[in-house]
Amino acid sequence: MPAIGWSIPTLSDTINVRYVAKLARIALTDEEVDKFGAQLSDLLGHVNALAELDTNSVAATAQVVESRNVERADTVGPCLEREVVLEQAPQRQGTFFRVPRIIAEE
Amino acid sequence: MSVARETIELSASAIAGAVTTGELSAAEVIEASLAHVDAVDSEVGAYLTVLHESARKHAARVDQRVRGGEFLPLAGVPLAVKDNMCLTGTRTTCGSKILNNWVAPYTATAVARLIEAGCVPIGKANMDEFAMGSSCENSALGVTRNPYDLSRVPGGSSGGSAAAVAAYEAAAGLGSDTGGSIREPGAFCNVIGFKPTYGRVSRYGLIAFASSLDQIGPLTRTVEDAARIYDAMAGHDPMDATSIDRPVEPTVSGMRADLDGLKIGIVRQFDTRELGDDIDEVYDRAYHDLEALGAELYDVTLPTADYGLATYYLIAPAECSSNLARFDGVRYGLRVDGDDVQAMYEKTRAAGFGPEVKRRILIGTYALSSGYYDAYYVRAQKARTLIARDFDKAFAEVDLIACPAASSPAFQFNAKSDPYSMYLMDYYTIPMSLAGLPALSVPCGWVTPAGGSVPMPMGLQLCAPLFSERLLLGAAHAYERSTNHASKYSPKLDEVPINHG
Repeated sequence: MPAIGWSIPTLSDTINVRYVAKLARIALTDEEVDKFGAQLSDLLGHVNALAELDTNSVAATAQVVESRNVERADTVGPCLEREVVLEQAPQRQGTFFRVPRIIAEE
Repeated sequence: MSVARETIELSASAIAGAVTTGELSAAEVIEASLAHVDAVDSEVGAYLTVLHESARKHAARVDQRVRGGEFLPLAGVPLAVKDNMCLTGTRTTCGSKILNNWVAPYTATAVARLIEAGCVPIGKANMDEFAMGSSCENSALGVTRNPYDLSRVPGGSSGGSAAAVAAYEAAAGLGSDTGGSIREPGAFCNVIGFKPTYGRVSRYGLIAFASSLDQIGPLTRTVEDAARIYDAMAGHDPMDATSIDRPVEPTVSGMRADLDGLKIGIVRQFDTRELGDDIDEVYDRAYHDLEALGAELYDVTLPTADYGLATYYLIAPAECSSNLARFDGVRYGLRVDGDDVQAMYEKTRAAGFGPEVKRRILIGTYALSSGYYDAYYVRAQKARTLIARDFDKAFAEVDLIACPAASSPAFQFNAKSDPYSMYLMDYYTIPMSLAGLPALSVPCGWVTPAGGSVPMPMGLQLCAPLFSERLLLGAAHAYERSTNHASKYSPKLDEVPINHG
């Protein structure tokens, strides 16, 4: 949706829970799709109250207190031992985290 | 009264004083606390992990340091640490199945600084999963009950820390506050809940929920204790790029006896008459008491604060959907196998996250997704600017703002089945979070809820301009000392009935 003015898509049929769950990498049951769909539409109904605010000339908040970019020299500092980190891996192979197949065969 | 009972009821400041003078040893304090935890925590459920062994080691180390002539401002203070903060070698769960067996390999800066100052972590406290909730009912790992009525919730998300401090299972607790998660459980459990200015306390080692809002703060039985904890942990930390590099004004030396010369704003649109006669009366009296202490009261308006909830429930879920992407079964925590990596991610996250966390990830993913980003996320960040400006305008007129910390006292379990009704619990605390302001909850009276049989505590929220912790805590101390609401009733614990001195 282009950012022209402030229009909100119709809620109940636009929050495609299955699609959003795919983006969020969460498997949902059919019951969850129904339940979350209804709850999220209800919540969007509440957050749509923001449409009442005139924000045309307002800058979006990037930070609430004085902050600045933090830089440091590109040097190696103290860090966790590799073994300490790998100890808690669900599955490892040597000094690697092991994960299921990423690229399909063929 | 037994020696042990007297010991566990001491304030953090008193414990530190007694350990420093040698009147008590840290080991004695910690043994008494552990014995009390072992006696009552089956009822309260404040802790997910009790750190018997490491607490004894830390206590021995404190005694050794004190004997060596070192001054430790928090010597021997038993500390409840919310389970979203890392402590080397301890299980750190975030109240979630996805981290159920994860053992932290490092220590959060805030926790490390308190240990350095003499605190002894005694347990990892229960919380709503990933700090998302206002009752602790969203914990996947345990039930925490309100020590003042075990049929009621302790508040959340830092409910375990609040309940632990209220039930004398610790002299002080650490919580994290994103939209009210320290202040609301503080109010529900009759303790002080203090959220410092955003960036004042390092978030390094705090498992992130919403990074632009999260802030660590203390839960304590006195304002002075909160000040001591804050003073020991506040300040810049190179490990957290958002921690503020600016000198910290000590607060414990700023305790005031009165409120002479202070202008306090009452937010008239937060109409407490809507909360019922009993509650209205509590806040009416609280405002009157502020005036009696010498403050001048002014009406202030925060025209956009009503949009706080809507703003927050876009920004916080958006940030959480991004932060919680790291829990994918690859490097740590739960993994549920799948045929390929995508299936593994989806199954792991389906099994590891509870319903509230899933809801927030989904709404956040939606608000950030292509086509909706400007409409929802950017719009919310603009509303946030307006809310912060409202506070700026108000603080041009007044020194502090006073309002309720929560719209009701602690409610019963399962009372808020609809997610939005739970979100409403943070109506009064969210605007301050969005503006990054320091704010706290201090006990201000008791009401017996409809259908309840015992009086439950209410909290007055005080809020100050950015970096005005010294003023905020100093004023809260004057109010606390002159009204002394907290000591009117005692926690209801069957096994070990406790009486206030």
